[in-house]
Amino acid sequence: MVKKASPPSKIAATLPGAFLIGGLICLLGQTLIDGYAALGVEQKFCPVAASCTLVALAALLTGLNVFDNIAKYAGAGTLVPITGFANAVAAPALEFKTEGMVLGVGAKMFLIAGPVIVYGVAAGVLYGLIIWLFGLY
Amino acid sequence: MAKKQGKQTYLMQQCLTVRAWAAVGSKKEGQGPLASGFDLIEPDSTFGQDSWEKAESRMVSLTVAKALSNAALTYEDIDCIFAGDLLNQCVGTTFGLRDSGIPLFGLYGACSTMAEGMLLASLLVDSQTVRRAMAVTSSHFCTAERQYRFPLEYGSVRPPSAQWTATASGAVVLEEGNQPPYLRAAAVGTVEDLGVTDQNNMGAAMAPAAAATLRRFFADTNTSPEQFDLIATGDLGAIGSQLLVELLQRDGIDIKSRHTDCGLLIYDRQKQDVHSGGSGCGCSASVLGSYLLPSLRDGKIRNLLFMPTGALLSPTTVQQKESIPGIAHLVWLSHEKEGIL
Repeated sequence: MVKKASPPSKIAATLPGAFLIGGLICLLGQTLIDGYAALGVEQKFCPVAASCTLVALAALLTGLNVFDNIAKYAGAGTLVPITGFANAVAAPALEFKTEGMVLGVGAKMFLIAGPVIVYGVAAGVLYGLIIWLFGLY
Repeated sequence: MAKKQGKQTYLMQQCLTVRAWAAVGSKKEGQGPLASGFDLIEPDSTFGQDSWEKAESRMVSLTVAKALSNAALTYEDIDCIFAGDLLNQCVGTTFGLRDSGIPLFGLYGACSTMAEGMLLASLLVDSQTVRRAMAVTSSHFCTAERQYRFPLEYGSVRPPSAQWTATASGAVVLEEGNQPPYLRAAAVGTVEDLGVTDQNNMGAAMAPAAAATLRRFFADTNTSPEQFDLIATGDLGAIGSQLLVELLQRDGIDIKSRHTDCGLLIYDRQKQDVHSGGSGCGCSASVLGSYLLPSLRDGKIRNLLFMPTGALLSPTTVQQKESIPGIAHLVWLSHEKEGIL
């Protein structure tokens, strides 16, 4: 009865926005990589520089109160790339400023991103271990 | 002394009147269809404070002050106040009333608190234990979001069933008197839980509680929905409202033609991006003060069942995958002193 009464998210309406904005972010990323290369940055550092720029940009937009408005239309389009991660760190840092720099910003900053970091690092260690084990033989 | 009738209903024996009331809202409420009924719309949702919690407290003290000035009374004239909000330890209320000097009963009934406060205040006034009592509740979008969901700037997407916590507050002053609106009866709610676990669909979680209280009230008083012009639930939103109507239909009670929901009245759902409607303690309280009570005074509504609904969850119980129990308290407000019963 509840399921019948509750409309699901309208996939047809939200999908193009996510696809378009997600795609635009990726396009921006690629442009940045090529741009840095054109500026004479060493090839292997270009993707790193591009990622850093995207993260900084997302954090800046979060601070300017713009990011959540883009996300409303983009849905997973802004969530999936690293921009979503930057937003997830910057948003609580801003929000919990009122509880002080240590217990507010410091403790709550990784409220949303924390689990990703924990399991990301744990998975990294696990894969590292497997590769190392295979390397032994 | 109020007379207990049936299992959960209390009929007032004195002639209780809502002497004055006030509704305060913020920017989004000011863009809604009820804007003109509000006593005060503060477009700055910080209310000039440096934290959201302080903003909510400021809103509470403004609302109480406004209700008192509407009643031409001062803080000393109030014997006690029943008040609550959604924040942990009800700090919105306690900090807001810190300087008022009014004896305080702090309440937590989630979004049903306004009716709970009015119910308790009316019992105390009706028993002539106190002369004049107030009830006030508040909610603030920003404090509720950061306590229950995500930080404000986080780009999360709200599903269509989600509701928008109103940044609003409402207060009433109750006493014995001879001018409408009158408070005729009240019914205490029971905790109901049919196992909804989605905190983005609280209307569905609360609908069974609303149905239970309403069913009980009609049985206790031997009345039927046709005898009331309007049944206004608190904040079931679009989905919860539909479920309430369906649940009662199963029991042969048809409220469809006279049911409305404060969460649907406060915002324009098409234009204001609020998904399933408004919610929060302040939603029903401010709709009461900005629209329902003025209509009752003027006789545009003659008999109203006002029934805010509360979802009794905490962020901890949600994380522990508990279902969401609901509660609904009912207050019968009327333009007439007698009749129906």
